[in-house]
Amino acid sequence: MARLVGRRLLFAAPVLLVVTFGVFAIAAVSPFDPVKAYAGTAALRADGQTLDRLRANLGVDQPFTSRWSHWLTSALSGDLGESSVMRQPVTQVIGERLVWSALLCAVAFATAVLAGTVLGVLAARRPGSLLDRVVTSLAYSLEAAPVFWLALLAIWLFALQLGVLPAGGLTDTASEQVTPGQVADHLVLPAGVLAVSQLPWFTLYVRQGVGDALAEDPVRGARARGLNERTVLLGHALRSGLLPVLTLIGSRVPELITGALLVESVFSWPGIAAATVEAATSVDFPLLAALTTLATAAVLVGNLLADLLYGLFDPRVKFSDM
Amino acid sequence: MTVRRIRAAAAVATLVGAAACSAPGGGAGSESDSDSVVVGVASEPDTLSPLLGYGKDGNSKIFDGLLARDADMKLRPALASSLPQVGDAGLTYTYALRDGVKFSDGKPLTAADVVFTYRTILDAKTNNTARSELDAIKEVRADRDGKVVFTLKYPYAPFAGRTVLPIVPQHIAGGQNPNTGSFNTRPVGTGPYVLTGWSKGEKLTFKANPGYWGGEPKVKKVTIAIVKDDDVRATRLRSGDLDGAVLPPNLAATFKGDTAKTTYDAKSYDFRAVTLPQQNRVTGDRAIRQALDAAVHREAMVDKILDGAGRPAYGPLPSDDPWFAEGIERPQDLAKAKRTLDQAGWKAGSGGIRAKYGLRASFTLLYPSGDKVRQDHALAYASDAKKAGIEVKVESATWEVIEPRMKNDAVLAGLDSSGDPDFGLFTLLHSSLAGDGFNNMGHFANPAVDKALDTGRRSQDTDTRRAAYDTVQRELVKDPGYTFLTHIDHLYVLADRWVGLTTQVEPHEHGFASGPWWNLQDWQPKK
Repeated sequence: MARLVGRRLLFAAPVLLVVTFGVFAIAAVSPFDPVKAYAGTAALRADGQTLDRLRANLGVDQPFTSRWSHWLTSALSGDLGESSVMRQPVTQVIGERLVWSALLCAVAFATAVLAGTVLGVLAARRPGSLLDRVVTSLAYSLEAAPVFWLALLAIWLFALQLGVLPAGGLTDTASEQVTPGQVADHLVLPAGVLAVSQLPWFTLYVRQGVGDALAEDPVRGARARGLNERTVLLGHALRSGLLPVLTLIGSRVPELITGALLVESVFSWPGIAAATVEAATSVDFPLLAALTTLATAAVLVGNLLADLLYGLFDPRVKFSDM
Repeated sequence: MTVRRIRAAAAVATLVGAAACSAPGGGAGSESDSDSVVVGVASEPDTLSPLLGYGKDGNSKIFDGLLARDADMKLRPALASSLPQVGDAGLTYTYALRDGVKFSDGKPLTAADVVFTYRTILDAKTNNTARSELDAIKEVRADRDGKVVFTLKYPYAPFAGRTVLPIVPQHIAGGQNPNTGSFNTRPVGTGPYVLTGWSKGEKLTFKANPGYWGGEPKVKKVTIAIVKDDDVRATRLRSGDLDGAVLPPNLAATFKGDTAKTTYDAKSYDFRAVTLPQQNRVTGDRAIRQALDAAVHREAMVDKILDGAGRPAYGPLPSDDPWFAEGIERPQDLAKAKRTLDQAGWKAGSGGIRAKYGLRASFTLLYPSGDKVRQDHALAYASDAKKAGIEVKVESATWEVIEPRMKNDAVLAGLDSSGDPDFGLFTLLHSSLAGDGFNNMGHFANPAVDKALDTGRRSQDTDTRRAAYDTVQRELVKDPGYTFLTHIDHLYVLADRWVGLTTQVEPHEHGFASGPWWNLQDWQPKK
């Protein structure tokens, strides 16, 4: 197990290197001009000397390879540089926003896993029943629905038609303090939409896993011994049926990140994802690189976590084989 | 999934969700609640630090400048105790500071703060985008009796107008990197309001500064909501989530019947004009320029494009500006346009487009994509030009694409010249600045105009200056290197809970420094 973790960490280093290099390379060829993005509308009144000075101060006149190596060396020493678009150190941008993104993703993910498991078990109990057909077809259609569309739909229904939930932001317009009550209110829709977008996978996997387990010998043996249906379902079938879900948890992280990107944008949620969009369009190298690294790391950790859980819970799998 | 699609989705989302933003306990106050206000604006400042250019034209709410402008745009003392003493034939400006002014953290304002502010902005390492506006300053120092002395490189008559720039406390901002320090997001000033929170992309909140030297404002709590989309802003205003907002003419018109709200129509210096590059063989031809100037129907543009919320522009200065050259107004005159072209040898050719020595009278006009008002101006301009036999090919592009093409292609520009005629005209017209960044975009070059501009900025004598700017405007009629089209009004709708509100004549930019909230600190509640 320790060897697996060690190997993965060794493997992560070159991946992160390549990813950050790629970010710098792509940003360098993008049509956006960092200086104009920095100056905003003021650029349209600026003289050549000012624009040149900004170019030099922001360091955008250097080739991207040297900017990348410079960024890398300072990042390794703990200095992530300064975000030009936010006018703040990168660490501060991330510090201020990470907590909101983490809250959103954690709530959404937990909801998706729980609800997916419940629905999957219900559907697997009687394959082909009406409930099963409804849950399955719903899951397939949700899986095809783009997240932003779901978000718009949710806003239209809950905020506009019914007027029960706020449509965006972290707090009400006129409120000054960030209070838990307000945040909870404003969290319902974005977290709900994100959860619903992740739901189909968990539902379908659990349904498949539990359905297969129900047809296996141990379960049939348990039933033959006259154990009640509940014990069979939860004690035997669910335990082996949940194994594939464990793998899924890790591999859904990238989806979760892209989902969060869209959901945060639609609901003007002040998280990391909204900052990523901002950083990308203004070619803010340091911020973009840091956020991409963060996302990549999250994906790698997610995959590692999935493998570890699998190894721990599935007696058929040995760490030495991974 | 492109960013643009995400953005579009977000815009629709806010549009869709706008009406229901008022959760219990949220939203704007009730009718009687005149000590707080929620305002919706379209653009958000990148920074709140004056060191990077925030509030450089005054009205910044958090800060004060040495001077400020009143409702008639006249300079009044603010942190200075009186208007500056000008000495040494216009080379030195001396300001005495008002006594007893404190920053909102309780520390007193000193001459050192003023010197620190200006020196930091002038420092090449500071990423201030408007540093060239202070180009005339040679040095700034505090003299022994607590006065601040500016020494200029050359006599610069309108210099006092630049000193509305906000003053920052050295004891807070001095220890930080001005480009990225926390002062950008947590500013401290001497102004009537104190920032209490800034949620980027969403809103800024302020509370009244009880120790404000001008007396504590009556409006105690101010929220500035950032709502980029015009329709969303209008919807949120209608739902009561906002008390006031800046709106385009067509949306402002929808509030005409609302008795609880007042519409404020602010005149502005904000003009739309077409740059006619000198180097392009078509647009550089004086006859073509004169023909275009005569062919455009400015009144129709004001009526059709701006719903009447604007004025025809006969030059860079609006007709009610004290510096406006009387009598240069001119109606559309197609006959004159055709005559001018005929005399200059531009003969009608195939498809009604004129040509001269095989050169077709045709050029490209670029406008920044997504700006509907400019697009409408560009299309109207093209159809007017066609009537005179000139072909204008309208294209939209981003500024990244437009910038390198500015010296050959016409651009639908939006600029102003507020505060002093020199501020906008010099950078717009002086040949020495042709192609210098976004200055003099049309590469306009006219010796008579250059000379008058130089006189206008150096002379301290008002009559001499007036004559100089008169010359500039009249020369522009003879050689219209820009076709000035319209001056645009800015419209604001605001809940009717206060009395005696005014608007200033506004610049091109309009964040929350303009509109009826330009002097929020002086608002009086309705009894």
